[in-house]
Amino acid sequence: MLAYLLRRLGVAVLVALTVSLITFSMIYLSGDPAVALAGESATEEDIESIRRYYGYDRPILVQYLDWLGRALTGDFGQSHYLKAPVAEVIFERLPTTMLLGACALTFALVLSIPLGVLAAIRPNSLIDRLALTIAVIGQAMPSFWFALTMVLWFGITWRLLPITGSDSWANFVMPSIALGYYVTPAVMRLTRAGMLDVLATDYIRTARAKGLRPHTVLFKHALRNAIIPVVSLAAVQFGFMLGGSIVIETIFAINGLGYLAWESIQRADLPMMQAIVLVLSVFYILLTFLADMLNAWLDPRLRTA
Amino acid sequence: MAEQVLEVEGLSVDIPVTGGMLHPVQEVSLTVARGETLAIVGESGCGKSLTSLSLMGLLPSRAERRARRLSLLGEELAGKSERAMSDIRGNRMSMIFQEPMTSLNPAYTIGDQLAEPLERHTRLSRREVRERAVEMLERVGITAAASRLGQYPHQLSGGLRQRVMIAMALICNPDLLIADEPTTALDVTIQAQILHLMAELQREFHAGMILITHDLGVVARVADRVAVMYAGQIVETGTAAQIYGAPSHPYTRGLLSCIPIPGRSRPGEHLGAIPGVVPSLIGRMEGCHFADRCALVEPRCRKGDIALRDGSGSGHRYRCVLDPETPATQEAPA
Ligand SMILES: Nc1ncnc2c1ncn2[C@@H]1O[C@H](COP(=O)(O)OP(=O)(O)O)[C@@H](O)[C@H]1O
Ligand SMILES: [Mg+2]
Repeated sequence: MLAYLLRRLGVAVLVALTVSLITFSMIYLSGDPAVALAGESATEEDIESIRRYYGYDRPILVQYLDWLGRALTGDFGQSHYLKAPVAEVIFERLPTTMLLGACALTFALVLSIPLGVLAAIRPNSLIDRLALTIAVIGQAMPSFWFALTMVLWFGITWRLLPITGSDSWANFVMPSIALGYYVTPAVMRLTRAGMLDVLATDYIRTARAKGLRPHTVLFKHALRNAIIPVVSLAAVQFGFMLGGSIVIETIFAINGLGYLAWESIQRADLPMMQAIVLVLSVFYILLTFLADMLNAWLDPRLRTA
Repeated sequence: MAEQVLEVEGLSVDIPVTGGMLHPVQEVSLTVARGETLAIVGESGCGKSLTSLSLMGLLPSRAERRARRLSLLGEELAGKSERAMSDIRGNRMSMIFQEPMTSLNPAYTIGDQLAEPLERHTRLSRREVRERAVEMLERVGITAAASRLGQYPHQLSGGLRQRVMIAMALICNPDLLIADEPTTALDVTIQAQILHLMAELQREFHAGMILITHDLGVVARVADRVAVMYAGQIVETGTAAQIYGAPSHPYTRGLLSCIPIPGRSRPGEHLGAIPGVVPSLIGRMEGCHFADRCALVEPRCRKGDIALRDGSGSGHRYRCVLDPETPATQEAPA
């Protein structure tokens, strides 16, 4: 178990370092950062002083290590646009996005796991077809379009839910559904396939041969094993959702990280974009690491290996 | 006569499959008395597993079971609901499977899985359940039983896992134990140990036992009575002595010539093999099911249903229109 844990942790750290390197090089993607900062009418001296002021004149490696060292201590520099520390702005916005992600994931799991289980218990039944329909629609329908459709019906036509803002729980209903629905098909199909596999195993036959009640067989013996791969998938999907939140938060004007990312792109606020990308990536890496741990806990063959 | 634990009459199973209706079990009748071991023998694919699963009420949902009589200690099971059957399974009637490696749930400890039948069928306290679990593990020859309770299936060898399965099957003191090829997946050395253990436990628990195997050699050591199955039917049944002493169906004789018999086969002697394969069980079959592989086949073998007829002694019956050759003419000259 300890070896497994250390191995996963090592991988996580490596991935995080790679991501940080990529994030760092974002500054140079759009050309000389000093020129971009200085603006159209700047003189050669202006640019040179900006370059020195921000340290862009130092060797790249030194810049990277310096940047990384600061990032590790939570210092992402100043926002070019908001004139405030990047870290402050980000940690103000982060909880909203996490809340949205958690609500969306909960919605997705609550919808997809029971549907997947039901579909597996009765393959080719009405409920199986319904689940398949939901999955196909979910995959075919872009989430922004789904979000706008919901806004049109529930927000404008029937006036049931607020369209913009992030002040009350009601603001989170439509965004959570729009974001969560997007990951439902994958989770549902994996649950269904996993349950079908597990229900055909010898140990399920053993459980039934012991006279165990159907719900014990289904939940204790079958779902417990079928859910293991779903945990990893859910972590990956949560990562996709963080990406998707840029679109959804912008549509619903939710004051989270996604909306901030959209704003920062428009404002060419490089330090802010860098920090958002890095924070979301590290969060995603942490999440997959957690999923690995959860997997190990769920699967004794990993735990005791 | 000993009390009959299981009485089965006219048991049939039909499964709709692509290409028609499969008849893997056809009009099977058998009885098992308390303390008795009935061996069901036959090549793989002849319907042994489906016979045992149908007794347990564990057939796949699309399969249909019919039986004129299917009673456990006089209690009719045929019309029972799934719920009522689950009260009986693992409690009064339990089963051991062929695959010890995959028959235990990888996610739960041995102790947890061993406790389940007790928790489901008895009102024992947690402590009593644990004590009983340890006692059963010791009984099936597992050392350091108490510490095994916390182990997971993957930490145990196949032989140990099968011992756990046996302990689990016997933990509620069943009247009937069905073992479907319990040793087939194990190493030869372990096979003998497990078989020996089962025979011993069956005497101790005074249960009736159905031992399913494709290996007549296994049967010789433990069975009181034998039912030979071929293509969904019982083709010969009798005491072990009758089956070995006066095998009357050509298929039984074929099976017997495939195994070395201590004292009868000579080292290096050629063991027979039955040419051909088990016929498809889809659709109705006319005449003797073995006709296509039988060296003695005659035109009348292919007409009508062949009924079981009385053989060499009481209880010995076989499904063949021909008169059996005397054992002497079958044996290779000494
Ligand atoms: N679930 C099932 N669905 C369809 N056919 C099956 C099923 N289980 C077994 N069979 C078929 O029924 C026949 C008898 O199978 P089985 O009882 O497992 O034989 P045995 O245990 O004697 O090897 C075989 O032809 C097998 O392919
Ligand atoms: Mg079988």
